[in-house]
Amino acid sequence: MNRLRHVAPPVIVGVVFFALWEGLVKALEIREFLLPPPSSIWTALIEQWGGVEGGTLGTVALRVAGRNTAGIAISGLVIGVLAGAWLALIITRFRRFGESLTPFAIAINATPIIALAPIFNAWFGITDVRSNQAVVIAVVFFPVFINTAKGLSQAHPNQIELMRSYGASEFTILRRVQIPTALPFFVTSLKIAAPFSVIAAIVAEYFGGPQSRLGPVITQNASFARYDVAWAAIVVASGIGLGLFALALAAEYLLMPWRRRS
Amino acid sequence: MTGDAAVRVRSVEKTFNLGKVGEVAAIRSVDLDVAPGEFVSLIGPSGCGKSTLLRLIADLIEPSSGTIEVFGKPAAQARLDQDYGMAFQRSGLFDWRKIAANIELPLELMGWTKEKRRQRSAEMLRLVKLDEFADHYPQQLSGGMQQRVAIARALSFKPQLLLMDEPFGALDEMTREHMQSELISIKTELDTTVVFVTHSIAEAAFMSDRVVVLSPRPGEIHEIIDVDLGTRVPDTREDPEFFKKATEIRESLRSVKAAE
Ligand SMILES: Nc1ncnc2c1ncn2[C@@H]1O[C@H](COP(=O)(O)OP(=O)(O)OP(=O)(O)O)[C@@H](O)[C@H]1O
Ligand SMILES: [Mg+2]
Repeated sequence: MNRLRHVAPPVIVGVVFFALWEGLVKALEIREFLLPPPSSIWTALIEQWGGVEGGTLGTVALRVAGRNTAGIAISGLVIGVLAGAWLALIITRFRRFGESLTPFAIAINATPIIALAPIFNAWFGITDVRSNQAVVIAVVFFPVFINTAKGLSQAHPNQIELMRSYGASEFTILRRVQIPTALPFFVTSLKIAAPFSVIAAIVAEYFGGPQSRLGPVITQNASFARYDVAWAAIVVASGIGLGLFALALAAEYLLMPWRRRS
Repeated sequence: MTGDAAVRVRSVEKTFNLGKVGEVAAIRSVDLDVAPGEFVSLIGPSGCGKSTLLRLIADLIEPSSGTIEVFGKPAAQARLDQDYGMAFQRSGLFDWRKIAANIELPLELMGWTKEKRRQRSAEMLRLVKLDEFADHYPQQLSGGMQQRVAIARALSFKPQLLLMDEPFGALDEMTREHMQSELISIKTELDTTVVFVTHSIAEAAFMSDRVVVLSPRPGEIHEIIDVDLGTRVPDTREDPEFFKKATEIRESLRSVKAAE
């Protein structure tokens, strides 16, 4: 009953939303290239899911493109999160070093990192996955690094003094107080970074690279006026984004039992 | 240098260096001996250096000059030997640890086995009457209950010395009086020495063997008032002798403010 009350509203909103979309597109005779109705997007998704692997432009299987893009987003996300969290720990542990690093971090964070995609293509080679992974890593890294570093500095002074009074070492204080205090900040950054990783992967793919990825599938099909397929690819991309966000929520649940609502 | 004092403070001064803003003299020339088993309260106007003096004894900060010994050792050694337990006004419980795990934290750091830790935390929870809450998280307890857990934690390894900074400051009057009696009975049972910072005259009079009145910043000892009310019971608070002591403390505090 309680569960139903949580699930029902978004389901109803979703159904109404798609019904309106379908109805309005048909009633107003909106042309396909502006906005296809959900029913044709769905049909395209089913048709193109299997596709023909390695075929000519526009006939790449969505399943394959989705898998490849998800691979880039997930690997980049994992590396970016680990690197961000690790560097946050390092600068907390060695404050001097951290202070000298902060201006750089701020400067780099102010750079629109997506703009680096063509540069990474030049560094790693345009067909090398690492070009796209590098964009994802760079985009994911900063929110994780900045949030986690902030969280690590938020421990209550009383709690740190208490640990000192037990003769605890700096390392013990980091492990027992600062890291648990930083966890909510870290998890928040995960929830930001997870959808970002998919956005970054696809935008990076727009800049060139192998065709069997969602980015090129979207641009190619749009340029061949196959908007239903382009939209179907976008649906796959949002599915990946949702999946990763759900993983971030699961991490929140598992890492912070004391925050669970009973 | 060693003697039988639990805490020995000798000509201690503390000046905080605030960089460009200048310096703040928090404590000036304090001498104080606390005997084993004694309950000593520190009282004085806000900002006079009570917390500073307590943190100096705990070796959380170092004196600018002078020496502090705890059980005949330098304060730094006593800290590393975990000779004292500490409690603050804000409970300082760790949100991510269940109540029992909070109490067991110092024991964990001392390397106690899990079994011994469980046993002790259960004993401590009985002492503060929170046995049913062992597996709750701090957020699920009221402020007063959290404070009792913090006190149980400070007592968990049965330290010979307790350093407390307004531990009951955030509690309502009834809970506060209950906790005062509780602390006295625990202290008597374990024969603990207590140094206790408070803003409450009644609390100082009710709990203490001696009340140290500090002058405004930079803090100096203005007067030490002996309190001998025998065994404390709730009715002690209605004893004429108790009122006399409270008045004496109040007048001492007044004269110290007037002198400012
Ligand atoms: N870490 C610090 N850095 C700089 N100044 C400090 C620091 N700690 C305390 N002080 C200063 O020392 C003085 C005494 O502070 P302290 O906290 O000991 O006062 P207190 O008697 O405990 O006051 P209260 O009753 O309000 O808690 C104050 O003027 C305060 O500003
Ligand atoms: Mg204080």
